[in-house]
Amino acid sequence: MQALTNRSKNVVNKKMTFMERIYLPAILKGMWTTLKHFFRKKNTVAYPDVKRPFAPVYRGWHVLKRDAQGRENCTACGLCAVACPAEAITMVAAERQKGEEHLYREEKYASVYEINMLRCIFCGLCEEACPKEAIFLTDRIVPADYVRQNFIFGKDLLVEGIDPANRIDVTKRQKHIQEHKTAATIQ
Amino acid sequence: MSLILLFTTALLIEKIILISVLFAITLGVAAYSTYGERKVAAFIQDRLGPNRAGPFGLLQPLADGVKFFTKEDFTPNAAERWLYILAPGAFMFVACMTSAVIPWGTQLTIFEKPVDLQVADLNIGILYIMGFVSLGVYGIMIGGWASNNKYSLYGAIRASSQMISYELAMGLSIIAVIMMTGTLSLKEIAAQQAGLNWNIWYQPLGFIIFLVCALAECNRAPFDLAECETELVGGYHTEYSSMKLGFYLFAEYINMFISCAVIATLYFGGYNFPGVDPGWLGGFMGPIVLFAKIIFFIFVFMWIRWTIPRFRYDQLMHLGWKSLIPLSILNMVLTGAGVLLFEN
Ligand code: SF4
Ligand code: SF4
Repeated sequence: MQALTNRSKNVVNKKMTFMERIYLPAILKGMWTTLKHFFRKKNTVAYPDVKRPFAPVYRGWHVLKRDAQGRENCTACGLCAVACPAEAITMVAAERQKGEEHLYREEKYASVYEINMLRCIFCGLCEEACPKEAIFLTDRIVPADYVRQNFIFGKDLLVEGIDPANRIDVTKRQKHIQEHKTAATIQ
Repeated sequence: MSLILLFTTALLIEKIILISVLFAITLGVAAYSTYGERKVAAFIQDRLGPNRAGPFGLLQPLADGVKFFTKEDFTPNAAERWLYILAPGAFMFVACMTSAVIPWGTQLTIFEKPVDLQVADLNIGILYIMGFVSLGVYGIMIGGWASNNKYSLYGAIRASSQMISYELAMGLSIIAVIMMTGTLSLKEIAAQQAGLNWNIWYQPLGFIIFLVCALAECNRAPFDLAECETELVGGYHTEYSSMKLGFYLFAEYINMFISCAVIATLYFGGYNFPGVDPGWLGGFMGPIVLFAKIIFFIFVFMWIRWTIPRFRYDQLMHLGWKSLIPLSILNMVLTGAGVLLFEN
C-alpha cells in the first residue's frame, strides 16, 4: 500500500530482544536524559514578577479615547457594534445638553457603552470601523473574575481618564490601523 | 534494687528522647520530601517548581499541611465508618514503626554516657522490617475496602497483590545479604561495612533487585499502579479527603524515607564512609553520613519516578514473578557458592 505521507510508520509486533527485556539500559538512558534536563536553564517566566513584552499587534482590553481637551470621542454612531462579529457591543445614545460641551466632542454621545468581554473575540474590527478614532484595543489583559456579570465592561472600565497621567497610549495601534486601512484602499 | 530502677528509668528516658527525635526527623523528612518531589519534578521538566511560600518555596510543606487540616473531612455514605477512619492511621503507624531498628550511627557520648543511636537493636532487625512492611498492605487494603468504591477497591487489590509479589523477591535478595554477613541484626550489618567495604561490591545484582522491589513496595512510579490516576481516579485513597488523605500521602513518603535508609544500611555501608570516622563530632558524624546517603537515594527514587512511565499490570506481574524471583534465586545460589569458596 502506498503511504499517504512519509511520516507513517509500520507497526510490527516484534519480540523484545534480551537487552530490551532487562529494561535497565533503556532506563539508564532515560535517566541520563532527565538528569541533563535537571541542570538546564528553566523556561519558566515568573509571571507576576517578570512580564514578557507583548507583540506590537497585541489586542486586549479596549479603551474609549478622549481628545486633547478631555472630551469623549465616541459619537454613538453604532458602527462598531455593527462591525462586531461577536455582537459584544451594546450602547445607548443620548443628546449632548447645554453645558456638557467639555465632556463630549460631538452633539450625540453614548450614555451607556458596554462590551461583553466574554463574547468579544478581540478581533479589532470595532476599532477599524470607528470613524471617530474613539475605540482602540490595548495591550492590557482583561482580568479574570468569578462572576459572568463582571465581564460586561461599562464606560467606567472603558473610557480613559481625563488627566494626562491616566491617558492610555495607543499611538502604536493607531499607526497600525492607519497602515491597514491604506493598504485596504489601495487594493 | 533501686540501682536497677534508676538504670531502667535512665534507659527509658534515653529511648523516649531518641524515639521523639527520630519521629520528628521522620515527619520532617517526609514533609520536605513532598517539597523535594515537586522541585525535582519541576527541574526535570524544565520548570521552577514551588517558589512562592517563603524563600525558594521552603514553607510550602507548611502551607500544604494547613491546607490538609482545614479541608472538609468527608466520609462517603456507603463507607464502613470505623474501618474507613482506622485505615489511614494504621498505614501511618506501620510506616513510622519501621524506623525503630535503623542504626543511625555508632554511639553518642552525652554527659559522659554512651548512647546507642538505635531505638531497638533487635537481633532480627531485618525480619522486623520485612514484617512491618508487609503489614503496610493492611492500611491500603482496609482503606480501599472500607471506602466502598470500585476505584478504591481496584487500587487496593492492585496494591496488595503487587506488594505481596514483590515482597518475595525482596526477601530473597535480602537472604543473600544475610548469608554473606551471617547476621540478621542491622547494627552488625552496618558495622561490618566499615570504610569502603560496602555490600554493594559483593551484591550488585541483589542491590538492583532490592531497589526495584523497594520501588514497588513504596507504590512509587514506575510501579504506582495502585493510585494510577489515569485509570483509577486516585486509587485506594479516592474517597479520602482532608488529613486522612494527608496521612496516606505522608505515610508513603515515610515509607520512601525508610526504604532509602534500609538500602543505605544494607548495601551502602550505613553510617560508614571511607576516611570519615562515624565517631567524629561526638558521634554525630555517623548520622550525618547516613542522612546524606538517604537523601541521595530519595533523590534517585524521585528521579526514577519522573523519568519512567508506568508499567502495565501484566508487565508488572511478569517482571515480579518471572524475572525478579528467578534472578534473586540465582543471586542466592551465587552468593552461597561465593561464601563457600572464600570462607573456607
Ligand atoms: S474586538 Fe471584535 S469582537 Fe471585540 S468588541 Fe471589537 S469588534 Fe467586537
Ligand atoms: S466607538 Fe466609534 S464606531 Fe463605536 S459608536 Fe463610538 S464613534 Fe461609533
